[in-house]
Amino acid sequence: MPVQDLKGRQVWQRRSGRESLAHWVMWLIGVAVFAYCWQQISASTTWFFVWDAPRIANDIWTRATPPRWEYITQLGKPIWDTLNIATLGTLFALILAVPVAFLAARNTTPSVYLVRPVALLIIVSTRSINSLIWALLLIAIIGPGVFAGVIAIAIRSIGFCAKLLYEAIEEIDDTQVEAITATGASRWQVMAYGIVPQIMPAFAGIAVFRWDINVRESTVLGLVGAGGIGLQLSSSLNVLAWPQVSLILLVILAAVVISEWVSAKVRGAII
Amino acid sequence: MSDVDLRVGKPWKKPPLVQRTWLRWVLVIGVIAYLVAAYMTIEVNWSRVYEGLERGKKFVLAFTDPDFSSRSTDIWAGMIESIIMTVTSSVVGIAISIPIALGAARNIAPLPVYLVCRSIIAISRALQEIIVAILLVAIFGFGPLAGFLTLSFATIGFLSKLLAEDIESMDRSQAEAIKASGAKWLQWINYGVQPQVMPRLIGLSIYRVDINFRESAILGLVGAGGIGATLNTAFDRYEYDTAAAILLIIILIVMALEYISGIVRERVQ
Repeated sequence: MPVQDLKGRQVWQRRSGRESLAHWVMWLIGVAVFAYCWQQISASTTWFFVWDAPRIANDIWTRATPPRWEYITQLGKPIWDTLNIATLGTLFALILAVPVAFLAARNTTPSVYLVRPVALLIIVSTRSINSLIWALLLIAIIGPGVFAGVIAIAIRSIGFCAKLLYEAIEEIDDTQVEAITATGASRWQVMAYGIVPQIMPAFAGIAVFRWDINVRESTVLGLVGAGGIGLQLSSSLNVLAWPQVSLILLVILAAVVISEWVSAKVRGAII
Repeated sequence: MSDVDLRVGKPWKKPPLVQRTWLRWVLVIGVIAYLVAAYMTIEVNWSRVYEGLERGKKFVLAFTDPDFSSRSTDIWAGMIESIIMTVTSSVVGIAISIPIALGAARNIAPLPVYLVCRSIIAISRALQEIIVAILLVAIFGFGPLAGFLTLSFATIGFLSKLLAEDIESMDRSQAEAIKASGAKWLQWINYGVQPQVMPRLIGLSIYRVDINFRESAILGLVGAGGIGATLNTAFDRYEYDTAAAILLIIILIVMALEYISGIVRERVQ
């Protein structure tokens, strides 16, 4: 325990001298890095616009309120599209994620050194690229539309679902698998009766969780042209129709809150 | 007993996933109806998709031969800007979210403070980064400042919520012991609460740095600075080899961050 001697009185200290010096140096480096980064940002900022920001914000606010309520009649189809992108995307992602998860889990992979790294690579690369970037890419390849959105969401979700699923597979109880194996079951039967029942709750939870995230993400996919309500948002923004923008934002907010509520309810019912 | 009698002599059948029969059928029919309706309303231009496959192949092949050099200055500048945005927004976001997390923990904050902090978290979580970025770009003009503010705002919602949950589930007796020694409020937080939640705070912070970097890659699409603008241009010009190079760099950095965060979290916990 570090104790400081203060004129003959022993005073408890949280850290020894060397430790506190190390802490101090660490903080110094951190602050220096932050200051440098801030300087860079400030250098590429037009400060005149920033000082003007409150006025602009106020201006936008007065333009955007009240929302143009009658515009909601035109939002039915985009909302349906958004829901489809999220749901079908999640569905495709789950179909693709299951084999990847089984190949990535240490206890079910056919080969730890050959197949597992490939599966992990698929998981990392699909996970680390945002769905908007996938959508951009797919629009360049297969053209704008809802279909590109579905595929973008599907690809983006593979990594997430497969990662959580393979962690669930690695945590299963081995004795059950052993029991099924002992009855003379084949490899596929072991999977169907020994492993799948154990990961089913996790699987359902992951599916609903990801669906919730996907509703959130699919609302903005339209910004790059991949269908859904984001398309309306971007066209309204382009013509500076702020009352429509505010209505669309409210609708998106409602969709996000509702999907979160549904997902929480369903997960509560499963677990 | 009757249950056993019913089962003896019959082959075993796997129990259905949903126990109630009517609910099972409602679910099955509902799902099929939905899928049919969804399929009917999605217009897929298959000939366009077929044409695109050629380009898709080109893109996949571009990954084997990414072009780092011809746009290297743009890539470099964009990456640096993304990293700078990540660092500043993480620092500021974490610094702001700690007091908000304290306010959003019911066992520390009084009810009015709790409600205010919880509503800040709710707003920040409900609004997506890209939408916030659009609004902030409209207000503050193009450039990394809008991106920095967006990511800081998003960090608050994420970090405060999870940290507040951790504070709420902390061990009361430790905090009480510090209080009993006559500590002031700040000392109580510093010695009673902080050591308990520190591992989680560090883990979450590093995870958030990781997320912020990934998000900073797309903010450029709406003009909020970072690598996204370069990437968007590369796609628009069908320069798949440059796009592949940028994506590879993003994946590499994310992998590195994930690796580092794994090590740090292991050491802290």
